[in-house]
Amino acid sequence: MALLEVRDLSISFPGGSGRGAALSKAVDGVSFDVEAGQVAGLVGESGSGKSVTSLAVMGLLPHTARVSGSASFDGRDLLAMPERELEGVRGRDVAMVFQDPMTSLNPVVTVGTQITEVLRRHTGASRRAARDEAGELLARVGIPAPVRRLREYPHQLSGGMRQRAMIAIALACSPRLLIADEPTTALDVTIQAQVLELMGELVRERGTAMLLITHDLGVVAGLCDTVTVMYSGRVVERADRHELFARPRHRYTSGLLASVPRLDAPRGQRLQPIPGTPRDVIGWDAGCAFAPRCSAADDACRGTELPLVQDPTASGRHLLRCAHPVPDHRPEDRPDQRADQRVGDQERSA
Amino acid sequence: MSPQTAEPGDVLLSARGLAVHYPGRGSLLRRPAPVRAVDGVDLDVRRGETYGLVGESGCGKSTLGRALLRLTEPTAGSVVLDGVDLRSLRPEPLRRARRQMQMVFQDPMASLDPRMDVEAAVGEPLRAHGLATGRGERGRRVRELLGLVGLPASAATRYPHEFSGGQRQRIGIARALAVEPALVVADEPVSALDVSVQAQVLNLLEDLQTQLGLTYVLIAHDLAVVRHTSDRVGVMYLGGVVEEAESDDLYAQPLHPYTLSLMSAVPVPDPVVEDTRERILLTGDLPSPADPPSGCRFHTRCPFVQPTRCADERPALRELGLPGVGAPAARTGASPHRVACHWAEAVRDGQLRPNASAHDPAATQPV
Repeated sequence: MALLEVRDLSISFPGGSGRGAALSKAVDGVSFDVEAGQVAGLVGESGSGKSVTSLAVMGLLPHTARVSGSASFDGRDLLAMPERELEGVRGRDVAMVFQDPMTSLNPVVTVGTQITEVLRRHTGASRRAARDEAGELLARVGIPAPVRRLREYPHQLSGGMRQRAMIAIALACSPRLLIADEPTTALDVTIQAQVLELMGELVRERGTAMLLITHDLGVVAGLCDTVTVMYSGRVVERADRHELFARPRHRYTSGLLASVPRLDAPRGQRLQPIPGTPRDVIGWDAGCAFAPRCSAADDACRGTELPLVQDPTASGRHLLRCAHPVPDHRPEDRPDQRADQRVGDQERSA
Repeated sequence: MSPQTAEPGDVLLSARGLAVHYPGRGSLLRRPAPVRAVDGVDLDVRRGETYGLVGESGCGKSTLGRALLRLTEPTAGSVVLDGVDLRSLRPEPLRRARRQMQMVFQDPMASLDPRMDVEAAVGEPLRAHGLATGRGERGRRVRELLGLVGLPASAATRYPHEFSGGQRQRIGIARALAVEPALVVADEPVSALDVSVQAQVLNLLEDLQTQLGLTYVLIAHDLAVVRHTSDRVGVMYLGGVVEEAESDDLYAQPLHPYTLSLMSAVPVPDPVVEDTRERILLTGDLPSPADPPSGCRFHTRCPFVQPTRCADERPALRELGLPGVGAPAARTGASPHRVACHWAEAVRDGQLRPNASAHDPAATQPV
């Protein structure tokens, strides 16, 4: 049994105002596991539902959200848990790191107080013991002069240091599950490398389970054990990272890989963008949401719902929701995308 | 105006000793120290090329881009565009000279007036420079520009909020191209866009360059984007260019320790590469540009720092040949590889090794 088992998670928000307003579905039947000592990656672009998924697991969605399904943490369903009980879990067993530390740290409270607050609440440590522990935590995440930093306010810290302070708060009670939503997106690459290294160490050395939410395929390739690709609220592909990057089979996954410039690829090769924007979708009940942007889409992709199934050609576990998977294992050789690039480059105007 | 008549490869834009110092904040007892955002940059951009400026936040790359166009007033140095010394121009001649140089911004939503429809937004620079006079003529030109950037003519009557991020960036590009500039400075043109859309805009910029003979200065924090799009790249750190080379040379053999660290930190979407590469982790954060370190500005974080010279002598940007190629100028047609590091040869030849370990501050001490 995995430490966190999310099953059939669906989340909708009321679309307009007033009674009987239509619900808009942000997440639709998503399932995944996060194992202890492993990093599970959740990848997608804006609107894919990846961040909403993490907020639902933490019980942090606004009350207007309609949530169904289950998120079982160590056998207990977080989604069905009363708020009081959830407060005991949040911060202690499950902690979260957000993208922007400036909006998630309290600007008028010192960094030290924000860390000791967590320790005192969940471990009942004395003021002095919590203070010492907080200093050690800051040192552990690589903040120089930790004792001085404890007395400082978030605005006195640089972006990288603020994010490390956030991680220190998340680590305060040695959580068994760490949920990190774009933890390094706001950071410079050299600082990102430091933070990723730190999080990797945490998982390897302490056996923490981590759910990493990101749009950055490079970060995924370096850190995640399993990768789940989301598009428009549903899982479209899942495999372990070596399998996924070596044999991406969903056309959205392969399209993403072909569209990002790589530092180690030969220059002069033209990028192969995915046409359209993430907003050009059709409902999943009417076929594949990616079909309007997909070069291989035909009638089989519209009209019927596509299930998430095991890829029969894969040796290991590889789930896929696609009527016309990439036949070739090398996405850069796909002739269908190379032809008529000018047309392919154009965005559709909605 | 016409870049076609000039010889390709000649210098379109040239900056010497360019500096932008902002007044800093002092206190009752302390004199304010200026913030040295850009501190003595020499730069030559050749006609028809893409010059990439890369660096992390706070390195001064955006300020440099604005200073090149005199959108931010430089405090020292010179900028010459196509033989015209921009810094000597009085307001009206400068306004006219702006037709030659345009800018594309990171966030097109912030740079487009939400209450102006696309026709008015793209037509505004035409009106400002007295081009395509008459409403019918201007409307025709706007539709032509929209076609150029891959938007339908029907977009002209719509407003910025009706478009996606990628489409808005296309509008921003159309607006910049309206006055037929020779030089376009693009500051983070794709970093606000979804990954799948970034490639569309990068390809568009590439096509427009081929079609119109444009010269670009591309400013970005993403080394992979800069490498892909630029012919030559300048790497900036704390207000200065620390390395400059042709894009391929820079990647094949980065010479400055900062470039090495930067490259090793960029994640590559390939688990096989990620598992095997050696990462040079930097310690600490960027020092304040109001109080830059003495000597080499990178020496406080440099994994190759040496006990001599680094802390007390600011290294100049100097030309370095590749090993086995002989004198730098021997290679025909290639641009020099320039680097501002006292120990570049030793780093290149592997005589110096980076001090590993990111979390132990003691490890950054010279071995």
